[in-house]
Amino acid sequence: MNGRALNLLGLGLVGVIGIAFLVLIPRLFELDVVLELTVYMIMAILALSLALIWGYGGILCFGQSAFFGLGAYTYAIAVFNIGESTIPLLLAIVLPAAFAALLGYFMFYGRISDVYLGVITLTVTLILFNSVNSTAGPEFRIGSARLGGFNGIPGIPPLNFPGNKASPIDLEGMFYLATISLLLAYFGLRLLLASRFGRIIVGIRENERRAELLGYDPRAYKLATFTIGGALAGFAGCLFANWGNFVSPTIFGLAQSAQIIIWVIVGGRGTLIGPIVGCIGIQWLTTALGANQPSGGPDWWAKIFANAPLILGIILIAFVLLVPKGLVPTLGDLGQWLLSSRTKRAKTRLEPKRAEEG
Amino acid sequence: MGLVALLAIQVLYAIASLALISVGLAIIFGMMRVINLAHGEFLMLGGYAAIVATSHGISIWLSMLVVAPIVVGIIGVVVERTIIRFLYGRMIDTMLATWGLSLFLVGLTTAIFGNTTVGISAPLGSFQIGAYRTSAYTLFVIAVAAVVLAAIFAVMRWTRLGLIARGTMQNANMAAALGVNPPRVYAITFGVGAALSGLAGAVLAPVSGVFPTIGVAYIAKSFITVIGGGAAILTGTVSASALFGTINQIATFVTTPVFGEVALLGAAIVLIRLLPQGITGRFFRRGL
Repeated sequence: MNGRALNLLGLGLVGVIGIAFLVLIPRLFELDVVLELTVYMIMAILALSLALIWGYGGILCFGQSAFFGLGAYTYAIAVFNIGESTIPLLLAIVLPAAFAALLGYFMFYGRISDVYLGVITLTVTLILFNSVNSTAGPEFRIGSARLGGFNGIPGIPPLNFPGNKASPIDLEGMFYLATISLLLAYFGLRLLLASRFGRIIVGIRENERRAELLGYDPRAYKLATFTIGGALAGFAGCLFANWGNFVSPTIFGLAQSAQIIIWVIVGGRGTLIGPIVGCIGIQWLTTALGANQPSGGPDWWAKIFANAPLILGIILIAFVLLVPKGLVPTLGDLGQWLLSSRTKRAKTRLEPKRAEEG
Repeated sequence: MGLVALLAIQVLYAIASLALISVGLAIIFGMMRVINLAHGEFLMLGGYAAIVATSHGISIWLSMLVVAPIVVGIIGVVVERTIIRFLYGRMIDTMLATWGLSLFLVGLTTAIFGNTTVGISAPLGSFQIGAYRTSAYTLFVIAVAAVVLAAIFAVMRWTRLGLIARGTMQNANMAAALGVNPPRVYAITFGVGAALSGLAGAVLAPVSGVFPTIGVAYIAKSFITVIGGGAAILTGTVSASALFGTINQIATFVTTPVFGEVALLGAAIVLIRLLPQGITGRFFRRGL
């Protein structure tokens, strides 16, 4: 099988699994499982946004949660003021995108290098966290929405069908919306990456100087990638605010940012399916470890296993040291190695880098 | 008059505490080009080491100035040997691994000490300036920062260890050819950086209290100080601390502490945009 056929097979497989998931889950499981899976889907969209920015764009963004949180807060504030949810939803995409564009302009046109990019995005996230956290007083309000500081904003009205305020989307509807959005985001990004634009941003990631000498402006392409990623993260934030009807400043926190990075590392940089798998896997793991404590079990069990930072830290260190490429590319390499060792083809294979698939 | 003196002390204190929390990171980053995202947790561990030692009856001065640096220095060497040394030259991977380490340490201390703030009361009492009273401990922190910076200067400038360290920093291969063992220099450097972080964390523990996630409060500030300072360890740390500390304290004085921090972080972003190589990339280029 050549690379192209494999690629199409993978795409088809994702589509089939996605649709089966979409149709079967609400019929097979109780509402609490569906609710849990909804948040996995929302987080997977967030993981995709970093997969694009970092995995394909090569932009080390430690502050993806800034856009996520901004989307959530924008939706919350706008929906309190407007009432109908269509415009708030759009705002929750446009505002984080605009913020990403501004920040990106500042960073890319300032020619700030990789590592400093990480530090700046981290700092911006902390600025947002600090400022929002300190707005607890009643004087901090935008229109009729109180910011609430560290208490967060409770009771956010849910999304409604566009233009019809009287028919809000129920919990099962949220599941459909989140899953369909995830599938659309996945296939949309695949399309984007298969296009000329996608080829160029991967080229820039591989060798920025060379791409520049070939006549492409890396700054503009990086800015565009960053903005798209910001918009996607903002959209995920909007869904998240809907999911719990609640948003608090921890959404901007370092723990949240670290999680997004871990999803992408574990799943694999340079793939799209990897971060989705990583996200769902890690989310499931932390929930399962936190929830499934044997009752009356030893005290240390809860202290070790219900301790998300401890577990996540070990996972992150282990992956960086032992599986730096991430699960999906490593499994892909393994599969390819098995295939080629079976057919005993010792010829040098001039195939495109595997990093472009998935 | 009293108010001006008080404000001056507060500004000096802000500068001193920034310099203290950053200097360990600056050594590790400046000499090894390793961005240690677990730096905040080293500070946190220093605080815990001091508090645990004090509660076992060791004098508070001894636990802050001796026990904490030694404990965290040893932890630093262990971390370098088990994690960092596999990742030299892979800057981004080091950043990620140390971030993992940071999460791990937060989780570990939460498991051991619980998610509550523990504190030790600041010794030394307070003193009078005009119509105001302020804590004498503030002056102690300023003094510690001054001594630490002076000691680093002396070691780097006048000792053989400092010479080797500077040589390895400039050109590791050449230093190795001349008979220096770079891995050993790196391990020592990382240990010293960690020890200084432990000292800083312990000295600041009576002011802020200690809790497992306190590292977050330090990490952004120390990073922007180091990066804002640029390549030269001492001059960079001092100049960036002076700039950011002054901005922070004046903004705090005019508005609230929270917006003081926001002003500090904002100023840092503007500075990095204007001087991507840091202050010492443009000014004081011959500094140490």
